Amino acid sequence: MALLQIAEPGLSAAPHQHRLAVGIDLGTTNSLVATVRNGISVVLNDERGRSLLPSVVRYHGDGSTTVGYEAHEHASEDPYNTVISAKRFMGRGIKDIPDVATLPYHFVDAPGMVQLKTVAGVKSPVEVSAEVLKVLKQRAEEALGGELTGAVITVPAYFDDAQRQATKDAARLAGLTVLRLLNEPTAAAIAYGLDNASEGIYAVYDLGGGTFDISILKLTKGVFEVLATNGDSALGGDDFDRRIYCWVLEQAGLHTVGDHDKTMLMAKAREAKEHLTDHPSAQITAVLATGQLIDMTLSEAKFNELTASLVNKTLQPCRKALRDAGLSAAEVKGVVMVGGSTRVPRIQAAVGEFFGQTPLTNLDPDKVVALGAAIQANVLAGNKREDDWLLLDVVPLSLGIETMGGLVEKIVPRNSTIPVARAQDFTTYKDGQTAMSIHVLQGERELVSDCRSLARFTLRGIPAMVAGAARIRVTFQVDADGLLAVTARETGSGVEAHIEVKPSYGLTDDEVARMLQESYAHAREDVDARQLAELKVDAQRLIDATEAALAEDGALLSADERVAVEALITNLSGQLPSGDQAAIKRATEALNRGTVEFAARRMDASVKRALAGHKIDEIGM
Amino acid sequence: MDFNQNHFALFGLTPAFAVDAEALDRAYRDLQAEIHPDRFAHAGEADQRLAVQWATRANEAYQALKSPFARACYLLALQGIDAMAPGHSPLPMAFLERQMEAREALADAVVAADFDALDRLERATRAEAERLLGEVAELIDSRHDYAAAAEVLRQYRFLEKFLADVGQAYDEVE
Repeated sequence: MALLQIAEPGLSAAPHQHRLAVGIDLGTTNSLVATVRNGISVVLNDERGRSLLPSVVRYHGDGSTTVGYEAHEHASEDPYNTVISAKRFMGRGIKDIPDVATLPYHFVDAPGMVQLKTVAGVKSPVEVSAEVLKVLKQRAEEALGGELTGAVITVPAYFDDAQRQATKDAARLAGLTVLRLLNEPTAAAIAYGLDNASEGIYAVYDLGGGTFDISILKLTKGVFEVLATNGDSALGGDDFDRRIYCWVLEQAGLHTVGDHDKTMLMAKAREAKEHLTDHPSAQITAVLATGQLIDMTLSEAKFNELTASLVNKTLQPCRKALRDAGLSAAEVKGVVMVGGSTRVPRIQAAVGEFFGQTPLTNLDPDKVVALGAAIQANVLAGNKREDDWLLLDVVPLSLGIETMGGLVEKIVPRNSTIPVARAQDFTTYKDGQTAMSIHVLQGERELVSDCRSLARFTLRGIPAMVAGAARIRVTFQVDADGLLAVTARETGSGVEAHIEVKPSYGLTDDEVARMLQESYAHAREDVDARQLAELKVDAQRLIDATEAALAEDGALLSADERVAVEALITNLSGQLPSGDQAAIKRATEALNRGTVEFAARRMDASVKRALAGHKIDEIGM
Repeated sequence: MDFNQNHFALFGLTPAFAVDAEALDRAYRDLQAEIHPDRFAHAGEADQRLAVQWATRANEAYQALKSPFARACYLLALQGIDAMAPGHSPLPMAFLERQMEAREALADAVVAADFDALDRLERATRAEAERLLGEVAELIDSRHDYAAAAEVLRQYRFLEKFLADVGQAYDEVE
């Protein structure tokens, strides 16, 4: 396998070379990878022409893995070591998983995130997801003939910070450069919106295998503005399967079955659900380990009855999202259906009834998210674009900190457009207090115990003062990926203490390095070669970006300044063939540092350009 | 470029309660189109960091100007008045009495699961809120009576809170 195909420096380091970028839909049930080819977004198939990759990872005793269809086919033979729907466990503790009893896995409750005991050792959901991503990365690199510049990975809009961070960590672990975490409904809107050149208010109803999202977007000329989002990150097609599964057990007069039968019957339940999409009834036939024969007919009417409460459970978030957006259902111009589960006829009918119109289903609900992600990846990678658009997304759940009495004080309200920063001042409550502990939470409820705990940290070094005299400013910054960073500083006395937190469930660089080592030990791939390849891709990207900036805005630099930047580029280019990781890293950092002032001037020029049509003399520049 | 310049100046607008909503939207979008982090995803670290800072700044300013309530508070803050600070004179008795009645009506509507009553309450409160905003506009833009505007804004905040509770009630009734 060709590890990298970077051109020799100076030859085709052309800034306008097409960069290889992909969009990845990392789904609960299936995952896909797509890219823009000749201006058209296409899903990349495997060598057998299949576009979906079941998000199933089977661990073997020797530490190797099987991923996808093959793993899925053997799931019931090896239920403990075959992880299905790992996405449902991302960034989740064991108490967050409502149906632990019906799952065959050996869960290990670890701080922050549940882990799974397999024959190949204890695995975190992040590692399982990374295995899925690695297969998609390899598929893309083989199809496109080169190392990827970067990827857009989609996440459910209603994913909280823990789930987003876990997804980004999985991508890092798979060796992907994450250009952006993109919300799934927003990705779907891009695929639809650009296709139909639509304007107006659109609702995206996205029912996946394990998650439900509703996003309300305003599309105006070239701008996709998310007005509100809502959902349930533990509700999806899997729950419909489980209702059928429970019905089968009940009909058969069984309370419980073995793990092998559990996995097998869940698969049968899913087949039945899919069959009911275009048939009035489905036959469920199976022989259990006990020899008992299962042979039942599930009618559409019975299925609708079993799942009616699940369908209703999706409508309440729809109402809330509309309310947050300040809109009525009648103002929605189109409803886009996303996710394989929206093929269920009863769901289409219920959504149609709620919004008073027939939902749009003209794009394949399994593919539309990946297609949209690929379009965004192509733009983010810096490839030339003809139609220019802008995406303004929001934070799905309020962020806040714990205050007295176990209450949550909201700092960033839900549906704030990202990136967003908010600061709030707090004070000490005891004389001479020199430390303050800060507990970061996410959720809409008032009580700490009802919200998700994201991180705890302590601000130390507050000068001793009387109670209430210190002024501690806590700043929340949510970036364009929807990820949070928290800063706290004491400003009352002029003495500053400062801390930046990464949420506690996020992986440290050391942990990523260790996991990489472990996975490569089994993967016939050299971890050094991999790291070198990634460093070179990063370096080349920086060179390209800087050269493009010089070509475009070189006039902002004096002759001397320009020579200095060019020298740093030449230095970095010169290091690339050396294969010396430390030297490439140093030269990359030097170029990064050496372009800070240039970047600031270019940004100022951009702001001036944006306001050129407005009253420029009023602006204090 | 001054990162701390006032929100109106950032969008090239004249500071006033009456704003041209279209001009504000356009200026915001034009600015985001240039500086949004998505425009710099392939660029160097320095560019990416600056883009996040600028886009954050643009969002902050836009949010502060888009909502009439936030815009009024901001204009008063520019005059050195913190309209929402505790310790102001109490709200007029007549206003408070009307609020008490409305709260009772809300509680009754929830108990009776009466959607029509909720609708009526919501519409009446919205109309009242609109009227208060009209007063605020007059007090700030024409009469420059900022202290009086602050008092009307405190009443308005009461109504906003009430409307949020009505929203909550819709969910409870279901």
